[in-house]
Amino acid sequence: MYGMLFSIRSFVSKMSPLDMKDGFLAFQTSRYKLHYYETPTGIKVVMNTDLGVGPIRDVLHHIYSALYVELVVKNPLCPLGQTVQSELFRSRLDSYIRSLPFFSARAG
Amino acid sequence: MAIFSVYVVNKAGGLIYQLDSYAPRAEAEKTFSYPLDLLLKLHDERVLVAFGQRDGIRVGHAVLAINGKDVNGKYTADGKEVLEYLGNPANYPVSVRFGRPRLTSNEKLMLASMFHSLFAIGSQLSPEQGSSGIEMLETDTFKLHCFQTLTGIKFVVLADPRQAGIDSLLRKIYEIYSDFALKNPFYSLEMPIRCELFDQNLKLALEVAEKAGTFGPGS
Repeated sequence: MYGMLFSIRSFVSKMSPLDMKDGFLAFQTSRYKLHYYETPTGIKVVMNTDLGVGPIRDVLHHIYSALYVELVVKNPLCPLGQTVQSELFRSRLDSYIRSLPFFSARAG
Repeated sequence: MAIFSVYVVNKAGGLIYQLDSYAPRAEAEKTFSYPLDLLLKLHDERVLVAFGQRDGIRVGHAVLAINGKDVNGKYTADGKEVLEYLGNPANYPVSVRFGRPRLTSNEKLMLASMFHSLFAIGSQLSPEQGSSGIEMLETDTFKLHCFQTLTGIKFVVLADPRQAGIDSLLRKIYEIYSDFALKNPFYSLEMPIRCELFDQNLKLALEVAEKAGTFGPGS
């Protein structure tokens, strides 16, 4: 997935007819939509959703600023750059996602 | 000018047709005196701005013309190297035009093949079964729509993000392709499309789609 996103980013910067500010935002196929948010430090937040979901850039930004930065970056026991092991991060992220308006437990 | 370009990609990923129809990109022309307060670098046979964003000149813009004469890659119209020319204080004051570099046809070919692979990977990354490839790719300056036919031909349209009706435009382009390219006895399959009627009808269809589209700028 990382290679795909990296290629899409360079593809988009070449193709764009005007100077870009935010860059690549999302892509969709017939079954899913992939949303992308990259911070200036290189942390990428990716979310795969159903097709009915609109722009969720601020959601991804919230996941970065209120969850990742607070619970992982500021945690002295979490080594940055490695897989996040923090249970607190996992559970907070899970409850945040469940609270989002477009999250609904679909049957199947 | 809400529809920027149309690309048609064949089964193997090669570009067989390309049309650009957007207005000229933002360009900035300024007169400079020595020393130049922008940092230029040579990249991919072009001279790009590496550092020193100001007055409409952004990082990534290329040198388009010096003293009114278009540059040829990294050489000026007279055959001298641009970086050398701009490093020589005897040539100042000089007027240089910067702007977003236009894609060469080689680059377009490369980008078309790149998109062909990205399309395929998009379907494999899917968390659900039976996904198609990338149908729509969104950025803040443009939206890319792709329609893949049952025969593997991909029609790719780059448009303004607010432009509506691109799905029906893609179907219309498919119709025009089958009417004017496939039914042409002199056209061989998977080869670059060089049919005048196809060009004309495609341009007409783009105009109709732009007018019928959203209430964006220029409508």
